[in-house]
Amino acid sequence: MNERELLLQIADDELVLGWRNSEWTGIAPMLEEDVAFSSIAQNEIGHARAIYQLLAEDADTLAFDRRPDEYECTQLVELRLVPDWARTIARHVLYEAADELRIAALKSSQDDAVAGLAAKIDREEVYHRMHAQMWADRLGNEPRFREALEELSPHAVAVLPEDLRPALAERVHLEIPSNTVLQGLERGGHTDEWPELWAEMTEVRRSVPGAAW
Amino acid sequence: MTEPEVWEALAEVEDPEIPVISVVDLGVVRAVEVGDGHVHVEFTPTFLGCPALETMRRQMAEKIEELGAEADIEVILDDSWSTDRITPAGREKLREAGFAPPAPRTAGPPRLVQLQAAAFRCPYCGSSDTALENIFGPTPCRSLRYCRGCRQPFEQFKTI
Repeated sequence: MNERELLLQIADDELVLGWRNSEWTGIAPMLEEDVAFSSIAQNEIGHARAIYQLLAEDADTLAFDRRPDEYECTQLVELRLVPDWARTIARHVLYEAADELRIAALKSSQDDAVAGLAAKIDREEVYHRMHAQMWADRLGNEPRFREALEELSPHAVAVLPEDLRPALAERVHLEIPSNTVLQGLERGGHTDEWPELWAEMTEVRRSVPGAAW
Repeated sequence: MTEPEVWEALAEVEDPEIPVISVVDLGVVRAVEVGDGHVHVEFTPTFLGCPALETMRRQMAEKIEELGAEADIEVILDDSWSTDRITPAGREKLREAGFAPPAPRTAGPPRLVQLQAAAFRCPYCGSSDTALENIFGPTPCRSLRYCRGCRQPFEQFKTI
């Protein structure tokens, strides 16, 4: 895979996950988490914007003007998980672990602009990882949390390019699922929830083409 | 127009979310280059998702246009900005306004146990008997802490 493709995948993941995280704004189980998930959402969307700006003249064109089948986002980020807190935290833990590996790979890019941006994103993501770790420690062996981790682990493997998958398996102590399982989760395929999310996300843009905020 | 004049003008542009500190004190202006009727500024965002970014950029351009030059504010998307670039004067202004300035960067990334330690100083009473309330706060750049000394919550700048 070339670097441009990987960048577009990351940007689409961050945009969509940012959107999903923002669905907790106002309804998280406690006020601290309302603030935390809103702030994380804002960061993720900021990362998406910065990467889109590397890839194209106008970030909004990439973010909002594609057809649903043209997005490269992974299925893990598409899932609508409100109001299930255990699954939300499981996704958060797994996604941050996967994301850390691919951002680390980009930090050693030959392209200075890519390496510089990856380093900046990584420094911000440190706080997302801390937050995920804090919740993983807190939920520990709660059965609902363990079940959610098990359910979403195959999705997390599919976040990464093949060469980075073994490192993720080792880090979060999961097994790489069989090809049959992975086949249905690979990028390019989308969840049933995706069309609705896409429609919601692009609604304003589609109703007033070219509108500026 | 000279470079020092441009720096002086930019020092009047405040961070819209923390109006006690200017973009110069915040360390986000990386370079100023004055050409013939034209000023080029390199600007590094604090956090990539910071909603104040566009406002700061516009206000910097306006200040330079008031000096009678065309402004070109280039946003640099790399990791050259860190909280270590906030000037000593800027740190003092933050503290006076009730924002605890960021701890200096260390060799490795900050860790949760460090934030949970009672080592951060309350900007109101100076006590270091403070506890982490939330890693996240009202803007991406801040955390929330609670001071057991004066029983006040306060905002702590994240180190990045």
